[in-house]
Amino acid sequence: MKYSYFPGCSLERNASAYHVSAMAIAEPLGMEFVEVEDWNCCGATEYVSLNLIASYALIARNLAQAAKETSTKQLVAPCSACYLNLKKCNAYMEESPSLEEKINLALAAGGLSYKGGTLKVRHLLDVIVNDVGYEAIAAKVTKPLKGLRVAPYYGCMIVRPKLGKNGTFDNPEYPTTLDKLLKVLGATVIDFPLKAHCCGGHMTQISESTGFELIRRLIKGATDYKADLIVTLCPMCQLNLDAFQGAMNAHFNTTYHMPVLYFTQMIGLAFGMDAASLGIGTELVDARPALEKIGVEVPEAEIVVKKPPKEALPMPSMPEEK
Amino acid sequence: MSSASVSPTPEGIRQKTFLEEVIENTPGDCHLLNCIQCGTCGGSCPSGQDMDHTPRAIFAMISAGLKKEVLKSNTPWYCVSCYYCTVRCPQSVHITDIMYTLKRLAVKEKVYDDSKAPDFSKTFVDWVENYGRAFELGLMSMHLIKHNPFGVFKMAGMGMGMISKGRMAFTPTRIKGIDSLKAILNKAKELEAMA
Repeated sequence: MKYSYFPGCSLERNASAYHVSAMAIAEPLGMEFVEVEDWNCCGATEYVSLNLIASYALIARNLAQAAKETSTKQLVAPCSACYLNLKKCNAYMEESPSLEEKINLALAAGGLSYKGGTLKVRHLLDVIVNDVGYEAIAAKVTKPLKGLRVAPYYGCMIVRPKLGKNGTFDNPEYPTTLDKLLKVLGATVIDFPLKAHCCGGHMTQISESTGFELIRRLIKGATDYKADLIVTLCPMCQLNLDAFQGAMNAHFNTTYHMPVLYFTQMIGLAFGMDAASLGIGTELVDARPALEKIGVEVPEAEIVVKKPPKEALPMPSMPEEK
Repeated sequence: MSSASVSPTPEGIRQKTFLEEVIENTPGDCHLLNCIQCGTCGGSCPSGQDMDHTPRAIFAMISAGLKKEVLKSNTPWYCVSCYYCTVRCPQSVHITDIMYTLKRLAVKEKVYDDSKAPDFSKTFVDWVENYGRAFELGLMSMHLIKHNPFGVFKMAGMGMGMISKGRMAFTPTRIKGIDSLKAILNKAKELEAMA
C-alpha cells in the first residue's frame, strides 16, 4: 500500500527514533511512504490558541501539498497532534463551507487550494493494524517479545475526539488496537487503566506542578502494574514520559525508572531487527535493563557531548520553588 | 437567558451577547447552547483541580455574560486538549474547541492574568511563522529565560541529555516555500480581522 507521509517537526529531531523505526518496518510490512513535499508545522496546540483562520490555513497548506501526490488519497501521520490537526482541518473544511471558503482564500495567496475531505487522514497505528493487519504482522515475527511486560499507552489525540463521518478507528475511552498488536508481537500486555489518559502536553512549560503530576500518574500506574516499559505512539507522550521523567522524579523526590519506547521499535525488535537501527538507545530513561529480558543487546550510545559552557555545569540541586 | 446580558445600542440594535460571540468564533456547530450543566466535563478533566472555574462553571458564566471574568480565568489555559470532556459530554458540546476560542478571545482582549501560557504559544508561533517548522531548543530556551530563569538550571540536565542523544537540533529548519506560507498566513489574518 502507498501512503502520503507527514512526519511532523518532532520526528525531524527529538523523535527521530520514531521516524527511523517506522521507515525500517515499512518494507517488511509492505508499505510505501511518500513524504509530503516541503511540509510545514501543523501548529500543534499553540497556533489555534492565537488565530483561528491562520491556524487552519497553516494545516491546510499541508493537506494541499499532500493532495498534489496523485497516486494515493491516504495521508498518514505518526504524531498524534499532527494527526488530529490534519484530520480536524479536513473534517471542518468539509462540514463548514464558510470556513472552507476563508481557508481557500488564504491558500490562494500562496497559489494553493484544497477541498475538504479529498484526503483520508490516518494515524500510523491505524494503517498498520487495519491495512496490514494482525495476521500479516504475526507472520513476520521471528523474535517474539516473550516475557516482556508492556504497558500500552495511547494518550489522547489518537482516539479523541470523534470527528467527521468515520469517527475514530479505536474506542475513545478504552482503545485496544495497540494491546492486540503487542500481544501479536509476543509481549505480555498489562491491562493499563491509564492507557488513554493525558501526558500533559505542553504543561511542563506552563505549570510544572500540573505537568509533572500528569506524568507521575502514568509512570506510577505502569510501575504499579510491574510493567518493564511503556509503549507509545506519539512523540509528545514519549518526550513527556521519557525526557521529563528525571525532572518529574526530582519534583516529587521519587526514583521511578520506566523506559518508554515507540510501538514501531517493538515491531522492529519482534521482526529480529537490530536495536540500534531502530533508534533504540536514544531514550533518556535507559531501556537496556528491560530489553535484556528478551535478549536484546543495545550498544552503549556514543557520547558526542561537546564541552558544555562552564556556567552550565556542575548542576547544583535547586531548592524547590514555593 | 437573562436579559442582563443583552444590552441595546443607541440605535436600538442589540449588541452580540458574549454567548453568541463565543459560538461565532468556534468552528462548526459547537452545541454550546445545549449545555445542561451536568458537570461531566469538570469530572473528566485531568487538570480541573488547578483551574479557577470548572468547564461547567465557565459555560454558566458565558451564558450569564460574565465576559471579563471568563476571559481572565486560567481555565482555558489549563486545558490540556485531551478531549475527555468532549467525548463524554451528553450534549456533544465541543468543549475543547470552546477552550481554544476563549484563549483566542483572551489574547485579543489582552485580559489574562498570567501571560506564561499565551507567551509560550506566541513564541512557538513566531518560529513557525518565520521558518515553517517548530524549533524546540529555541522555543524552550526563550520561554524559560522569559518566564523561569531558574528553570534553565533545572532543565539543563534534561537538555544536555537530549543533546547527547542527538535529539535536539541547534538550528531551526526553514521550509523552501516560506514566502508562500507567509503570504497564506498574512491573508488568513487579514480575513480574520475583517470578521
